[in-house]
Amino acid sequence: MTVSYEQIKIGDKLPDWSRKTGFAEWNRYAAVNEEFVPFHMDDEAGRRAGNEQGAFGMGNLRYAYIVNALREWIGDDAIVREVGCQYRAINQKDDVLTVTGEVTAKKAEDGENRVYLDINVVTQTGAPTCPGHAVVAL
Amino acid sequence: MSDEAITYVTDEMRAAQGVWGESRTAPPITETDIRRWAMATHYPETPPRIYWDAEYAAATRWGGIIAPPDFNPFAWPVERPKGGSPALAGQRPDGKPLTGMNGGQTDTYGAPMRPGDVISARTRLVDWNEREGRLGHTLYVRSEIEWRNQNGELVKTRMSIGIRY
Repeated sequence: MTVSYEQIKIGDKLPDWSRKTGFAEWNRYAAVNEEFVPFHMDDEAGRRAGNEQGAFGMGNLRYAYIVNALREWIGDDAIVREVGCQYRAINQKDDVLTVTGEVTAKKAEDGENRVYLDINVVTQTGAPTCPGHAVVAL
Repeated sequence: MSDEAITYVTDEMRAAQGVWGESRTAPPITETDIRRWAMATHYPETPPRIYWDAEYAAATRWGGIIAPPDFNPFAWPVERPKGGSPALAGQRPDGKPLTGMNGGQTDTYGAPMRPGDVISARTRLVDWNEREGRLGHTLYVRSEIEWRNQNGELVKTRMSIGIRY
C-alpha cells in the first residue's frame, strides 16, 4: 500500500511495520553490517554488559526497520530524505518491535513535496525505544 | 577545592574541531551486497523488488536497482581503518578510559547508492558539551560524516552524538 502527497493529512499515522527479533535477525544483520559485537551475540556477554536478560538487539537494525516502514508506506518511486533517532532503550530477545509514526507537517520545499513525521520503535508492551523524526518526498 | 571545573575535553579536540579528516573509500557496491542487506533487514519477509529485481527496478523512476538508504558499503574492509585517537572523543583527567555509547543520529540522504557506485567518506568533529548526568560527568560529542559517490554527488550526511562518561 502506498500513499500520495495529496491524500496525506497532518495527524495521519504510519501503518504499523513489525518484526519479532532474536538471534535469527541479529545474526543476519551482524553478517551484512559486520557488527559482531559480543553483547549482541551471546547472552553471557549481554549480562556482563549489564543487561540481565542477556544479549540485546542492535540500534542500527531498529534504524533499518524505520527506513523499511517508510519505504513500504511511500512506495518505490518516492524518496526517504531524512531519518533521525535517539537510542533511549535497548530491545530484548523475542521482542516484537513496531515502527510507529505520525505526520506532523507537509511542505513544498526545494522542488519536492515533503512530509514530516515523528517516529519511534516500540516494543510489544508499547514501550518506546528510539524517538525520532523522518522526512519523505513524494 | 579547585576552582577549575572537571572537563573531558582535550587540546586535540579543540584543534580538530571543524577540520575534515582523511577520506576513505569503500569497495564498489555490488547487486549481491544490496540484496543481502535488504534480505537481512527484512527477514523473514521478502524485501521490496527495488532492492533486487533489475527488470522491475528498470521501470521505476530510478531506472535500476538502488540500495536501501541505510545500506553500509564500508562493512567488511580488507584493511581495517585506523581508529581515531581516543583523545578526540575526550579524556578523563585521571587517565582512566571513558565509556562510550551511541546517543543517536540524523541521516540526510541525497543521491541513492547503486550497484557499481564507489562511496568515499570523511568525518569531522562539530562541537560538544558537558554536563552532570545520570552517569556522572558526561561529554556529548557531535560529529558529522559525509558520503559522496564517484561523481562527487552527496549521498548522505550523518550528524551523530557520542556519549562519553
